[in-house]
Amino acid sequence: MSTQASRAAARLMLSPAVILLLMWMIVPLAMTLWFSTLRYRLLQPGAHPFVGLRNYVFFVTDPAFSTAIVNTLILVGGVLVITVVLGILLALLLDQPMWGQGVVRLLVIAPFFVMPTVSALVWKNMFMSPTSGLFAELSKAVGLVPFDFFGQAPLASVIAIVAWQWLPFATLILLTALQSLDREQLEAAEMDGAPPLKRFWFIILPHLARGVTVVILIQTIFLLSVFAEIRVTTNGGPGVASTNLPFLVYARSLLQFDVGAGAAGGVVAIILANIVAIFLMRAVGKNLDA
Amino acid sequence: MARAVTNRRKLVFTLVAWTLALLIFFPILWTVLTSFKSEADAIASPPKFLFFDWTLENYTTVQERSDYARHFWNSVVISLGSTFLGLLIATPAAWSMAFVPGKRTRDLLMWMLSTKMMPAVGVLVPIYLICRDLGLLDSRTALVVILTLINLPIIVWMLYSYFKEIPGEILEAARMDGASLRSEILYVLAPMAVPGIASTLLLNIILAWNEAFWTLALTAAKAAPLTAFIASYSSPEGLFYAKLSAASTMAIAPILVMGWFSQKQLVRGLTFGAVK
Repeated sequence: MSTQASRAAARLMLSPAVILLLMWMIVPLAMTLWFSTLRYRLLQPGAHPFVGLRNYVFFVTDPAFSTAIVNTLILVGGVLVITVVLGILLALLLDQPMWGQGVVRLLVIAPFFVMPTVSALVWKNMFMSPTSGLFAELSKAVGLVPFDFFGQAPLASVIAIVAWQWLPFATLILLTALQSLDREQLEAAEMDGAPPLKRFWFIILPHLARGVTVVILIQTIFLLSVFAEIRVTTNGGPGVASTNLPFLVYARSLLQFDVGAGAAGGVVAIILANIVAIFLMRAVGKNLDA
Repeated sequence: MARAVTNRRKLVFTLVAWTLALLIFFPILWTVLTSFKSEADAIASPPKFLFFDWTLENYTTVQERSDYARHFWNSVVISLGSTFLGLLIATPAAWSMAFVPGKRTRDLLMWMLSTKMMPAVGVLVPIYLICRDLGLLDSRTALVVILTLINLPIIVWMLYSYFKEIPGEILEAARMDGASLRSEILYVLAPMAVPGIASTLLLNIILAWNEAFWTLALTAAKAAPLTAFIASYSSPEGLFYAKLSAASTMAIAPILVMGWFSQKQLVRGLTFGAVK
């Protein structure tokens, strides 16, 4: 039974966090909306006249915009498919009896703790470089011409790096989910003569649904705003071949100093994130009710 | 007979799993190895795996040339500062939601999580301008505040999911015995809450240490933490593999060790208690 006094105390304890988050949400958002209607260049001093929706028209009709949207979706989708599929397989493997399971687990989750700039640079220079990267050495050893990863397939290369960083996350969560599976159910199915594939499809996979849902939800939040990996590997190029929405907004506002267009792009990014969020919640939300 | 078969099965799984795990881990291993090579050995063709002249020279060079220690210290201040500030704000909030839940507690929690859906670029411009006008560009203060705010929902959620598991009956028992609110918190709840707070702390330090949007966008030379410091290797210096590796190894080692220790708590923390 909570008393009147403890309710008041609870509200008092809650308020700093709520007020701060509310401010963090509303103030910058209002400013972004406001700036997006101004002609505002950082290098041009003086007044910032109101231009209505012109920044939006400028940002959205820029050919780079549609490329960036497509790239953003390919990046998110590509990494999700790779990490979920490989994550399930890896989790199934790690769940089997073996020697040194603990160490294997540690090795597999390690990439998750590597900061994005380090993993991007290490992959770019020491592995994917067409002149002295390890992959180039391997191709030369078997008599092939080294592949120019970031020249020929910049977006795919970025996807590979990001997938390497997130595979441990997917694996770890799916493994945890897998370990809560009722073993007796599996054994019963085995006794009844269900082949491994059927056991996987009808027992294991449904059990993993919740884990997969969580992986997709959380990864999407982070993958929609992949930035550092692009910034240090391709800088969005060649051209805009590997530019995603966050990078485009960054380039407009802080590299080309166009605050108005950058803000308009920011609003577009928020809208996109919300659309994706709504779709996700609809599609997978029912798995989360518990 | 059956035992032999199981052992053979186990052996196969062990071999396959170790091979895959080592492949996944290889880039990190290779980076660490390369950090002990001379620059010539680092780009040797064919590559040298273990048989080279081991040297520590890269580590001293990285420190001398680019003042590694300062960036390391920036990372420490920013990640610890934002974590402690976040805990200070989030603990009372999570506490009251877990122990004095109201009608709107569930909605409030969902709303906090939804603030994470707002992409950082959406507010890049105003935050950049606010920092500029307050003279906080390239300052650790700005990053501590921003990282506190972006990680606050995660901290609240994690703490909430831990506090929720503390049985309420214990509180009632203490109250019956005449404990005051103060002693109730100090002697009954605090000891039970410490493990949850500790793992929240660990996970948040890891997240803050590796945050690479705001740290890259808002810092230049002075306040740059390790994420931004490493990014400066993206052009010409990145071609010096041994030095790049030494800098990278130093940047990831502390957090990798910390992550390994907290891996049990990790799943639950990152999924806000949805997967345990």
